[in-house]
Amino acid sequence: MQNSGPDDISSTEEQEKWLADALALVQHHAFYMHRALDSCNLRDALKYSAQMLGELRTSKLSPQKYYELYMKTFDELRMLEVFFKEETKRGCTTAHLYELVQHAGNILPRLYLLCTVGSVYIKSKDAPAKEVLKDLVEMCRGIQNPIRGLFLRSYLSQISKDKLPDAASEFEGEGGTVVDAVEFVLQNFTEMNKLWVRMQHQGPAREKEKREKERSELRDLVGKNLHLLSQLEGVDLDLYRDMVLPRVLEQVVNCKDELAQYYLMDCIIQVFPDEYHLQTLDTLLGACPQLQPTVDVKTILSQLMERLSNYAASTPQVLADFLQVEAFSKLSEAVVKVIEVQPDMPLVGAVSLHVALLTFTLRVHVDRLDYVDQVLGACVKKLEGVGKVKDNKATKQIIALLTAPLEKYNNIVTVLSLTNYPKVMEHLDYGTNKVMAVVIIQNIMKNGTFIMEADKVEALCELLKEIIQDSDGSPALDELDEEDFMEEQNLVARLVQMLTNDDNSEMFKILQTVRKYFLKGGPKRLGYTLPSLVFSALKLVRLLQQQDESSGEDGVTFPQKVFQFLLQTVEALSVVPAPELALRLYLQCAEAANNCDLEPIAYEFFTQAFVLYEEEIADSKAQVTAIHLIIGTLQRMHVFGVENRDTLTHKATGYSAKLLKKPDQCRAVYACSHLFWVVDGRVQDGERVLLCLKRALRIANAAQQMASVTKGSGGTLTLFVEILNKYLYYFEHGNQHITNSVIQGLIELIVTEMQSDNTTQDPMVDSFFASTLRYIRFQKQKGDGVAERYASIEL
Amino acid sequence: MNYIVGVFKQPCVISVKFADGDTRKQATVKKETGQSVELPVFSSKDTISGEVHIVPAYGKKIDHLGVKIELFGQIGLSLDRGYDFTSLVRELDIPGEIYQHKVYPFEFSAVEMPYESYNGARVKLRYVLRVTVGRNFPSNIIHDSEFWVRNTSPPPEKINPIKMEVGIEDCLHIEFEYSKDKYHLTDVVIGKIYFLLVRIKIKHMELEIRRRESTGSGANTIVETETLAKFELMDGAPVRGESIPIRLFLKNYDLTPTYRNINNKFSVKYFFNLVLVDEEDRRYFKQQEVTMYRLDP
Repeated sequence: MQNSGPDDISSTEEQEKWLADALALVQHHAFYMHRALDSCNLRDALKYSAQMLGELRTSKLSPQKYYELYMKTFDELRMLEVFFKEETKRGCTTAHLYELVQHAGNILPRLYLLCTVGSVYIKSKDAPAKEVLKDLVEMCRGIQNPIRGLFLRSYLSQISKDKLPDAASEFEGEGGTVVDAVEFVLQNFTEMNKLWVRMQHQGPAREKEKREKERSELRDLVGKNLHLLSQLEGVDLDLYRDMVLPRVLEQVVNCKDELAQYYLMDCIIQVFPDEYHLQTLDTLLGACPQLQPTVDVKTILSQLMERLSNYAASTPQVLADFLQVEAFSKLSEAVVKVIEVQPDMPLVGAVSLHVALLTFTLRVHVDRLDYVDQVLGACVKKLEGVGKVKDNKATKQIIALLTAPLEKYNNIVTVLSLTNYPKVMEHLDYGTNKVMAVVIIQNIMKNGTFIMEADKVEALCELLKEIIQDSDGSPALDELDEEDFMEEQNLVARLVQMLTNDDNSEMFKILQTVRKYFLKGGPKRLGYTLPSLVFSALKLVRLLQQQDESSGEDGVTFPQKVFQFLLQTVEALSVVPAPELALRLYLQCAEAANNCDLEPIAYEFFTQAFVLYEEEIADSKAQVTAIHLIIGTLQRMHVFGVENRDTLTHKATGYSAKLLKKPDQCRAVYACSHLFWVVDGRVQDGERVLLCLKRALRIANAAQQMASVTKGSGGTLTLFVEILNKYLYYFEHGNQHITNSVIQGLIELIVTEMQSDNTTQDPMVDSFFASTLRYIRFQKQKGDGVAERYASIEL
Repeated sequence: MNYIVGVFKQPCVISVKFADGDTRKQATVKKETGQSVELPVFSSKDTISGEVHIVPAYGKKIDHLGVKIELFGQIGLSLDRGYDFTSLVRELDIPGEIYQHKVYPFEFSAVEMPYESYNGARVKLRYVLRVTVGRNFPSNIIHDSEFWVRNTSPPPEKINPIKMEVGIEDCLHIEFEYSKDKYHLTDVVIGKIYFLLVRIKIKHMELEIRRRESTGSGANTIVETETLAKFELMDGAPVRGESIPIRLFLKNYDLTPTYRNINNKFSVKYFFNLVLVDEEDRRYFKQQEVTMYRLDP
């Protein structure tokens, strides 16, 4: 199987040298040929041109170098052709010339000369073009060496391309019809392809890779024939369908060569008009499963689909044709078939085929959701049993598959109606699935798509479940990147606001559905997801209240149901645990219940809040914050009856007095005073206000003493000033128990304290106190009812 | 045109002029010396007529015993000195003297010349007109003038194509076809070679035209084979199923008709030899005899 030495294709350096030698010899012979041409010596012209062409018989050159040599001789042959033409004017018949050149003993020069004269022969019209062409293409069989044969036939194709008996060409009629032209090109194409395919078997096996590379360099020589066919005027759809395509495909399929099949299929798709492809889909697609199993059919099909969809996009009036030829079903059948016959095709191939089909569908049949779903379904079928896809590239393709409809419709609701969509998504591994989920949510946010039906919401949650909840196979949450996790969950939280419906009962259903899914999310997620759900529910409550839709069955009104829902939802937070958050939410709910005049519910929420405070909130700082929140909220509640209110205020005051730090105690207690004094007048218990404030004063005193003992300094003086401000507040609001003497006493106390030796000067407190005094003076000068009361305070 | 064979110091110059010498077709014949000469062409049953010119050397007169012209056909093999198979004589003059340019018309009518002139490797068949001026002393003056004979034959009654499948087991199987087994000299050989099985690396394929000249008979037969043409049919290695066309114009080569047992002296046969050469320069060939004939022009 080894080539003999001189036939081996050698190093670049040697190649250069051989080429240079060959070119020099061509030049040399061409020189004598020119001399013969100048002196009109036909015999010598033939002799030297044959010698010149003899240089093309070399086996030493690589295809690239051979091409250079070929080009050089090609130029020379053009001159010879002109000479032949003139020779016929001098009385030598073309038929005679045609015979004469065939006397050459070596076949390669003989055939080059024959083609050259053949060109003149056709041009002269002394014989029908079809006959000459047929003869030439037949005679060229004598060259079985791939490279030499390819170039010879390429020469034939070159010199004949303007002489084919194409429709409306001057050679049509006597010279034949377009069928003859097609026949000629097809035959030349077939032979060239056979030679080209054969190239890979020439020479030692170890150089196969190099040879394949060289072979690939020559592919355009073969492909040009297809291009030529596509340019024939006379090749109309009928001819293409009945003759050109079947014959080309026959050759493509039969050559059983990966490189050739891929290249030629691509060529067919690229060079012939889309309209033809559309009308011959059956034939074209029928060939795909017959290709070698290693051929990259997916790219071929993808390109076809891309072209067709571009075609449909650019000329919308052809859509009817697409429907008529059932382009979609044919393409999808082809995809299935190709996957079937190529069991070794990697998963990524199969999926990307579906991506291509989907892209096609989305572009051509955008309104046919059933088609889209069908494509996804087919892909699901393929993925069946694969489980989570591990292959990176395949994963990417699946993402593409999932993203395409999303980006096309920009409406998740539409996408949700694709039943196979989630099934495809299931095959993504955990991480990718989450990424996809994020993409989906972002799409929703970007497009502001409202999801308005509970079943759609359910579907969406199902789709996003990897991000909403834990599932088998997902890594433990603490292995995840905290920041990413946060971002994802925040997205989910944001998503909640897109799940909305004007119809309240549907909205409630949506909320229930969402909660069902959120609750499965585990403690880490709940903290992020539930609040937004709670607020969404609160929004519903507000709406209900506005619409006064309080009718309900079983004695339970609709708002009550929502509050029950809320209660359960917030309760769920206990597992997190996120007591502070839960507390806030309870308070929010309580306030909402207050607005709805639902006392027991509001009470229940408060109870829950207090329970939380007692049992869960241990951190002193958190306690401070919580107690202030409680006080603030409670102060605004107007729904409670005296008894309930008393219980609650009592509790709140009690908690305040039990805070750890004295200043905190003090502040909480004086804040509690507001619980007994609501400005709108429903609750105005001046005595208990005074009690609170006095208690605060006592605590402040205690704090003062403690501070001087432990640190030897004050710093708690500010508490007194704060209490003074509270006094003034109630004084102004007409609390009879706050008298000018009480205020007077406190002012004096503060002044004394400030002047005492063991009090360090604190400019902050000084200025606070100063401005408080300034305020009092200001009030005194105002000259209205308040000023009269202030008048009694002496500074 | 005059053809002059003059021996130095010949007392006279003898030449033969054919009656239609100016219009008669000429054949180009290669002599042993390598030079080409042109000879008038006749066929069997042609009447060969013309004039013999005898021009005595200046101031000389020739006494002679008579002048005659002979026409003879001769087969010469390289070893013996020739054998005459035809001989005709015409007396041109009775004994006398020639002292000035003398012209003798002559005519051999409808001469039987069954064999063609032939100039082969070992065999020569020639026709000569010999003018003899008889003398006692010094010897006779002889002048030979050669002419060429070509005989056309009617087209063969039956022409069959040659079709044959040959091969080496598990190595090479081909089927070849020549359109005919009998060709006229300006014919075109059309045919094809079909490869049924190719397991060797063929480099190229050619068609040779070989001429086999045999002389003698029986055990003494001597065979001389010449390759007159090598015509490359194929370049490169074909694969199974390829068919390679043949088209060979015969008039390009110097061929003669097939001669079978000419006068029991010699035969000339033609063969097509199909040769396949593999990459190690091994040659695989198959030889087929073809009959050549000369067609009426």
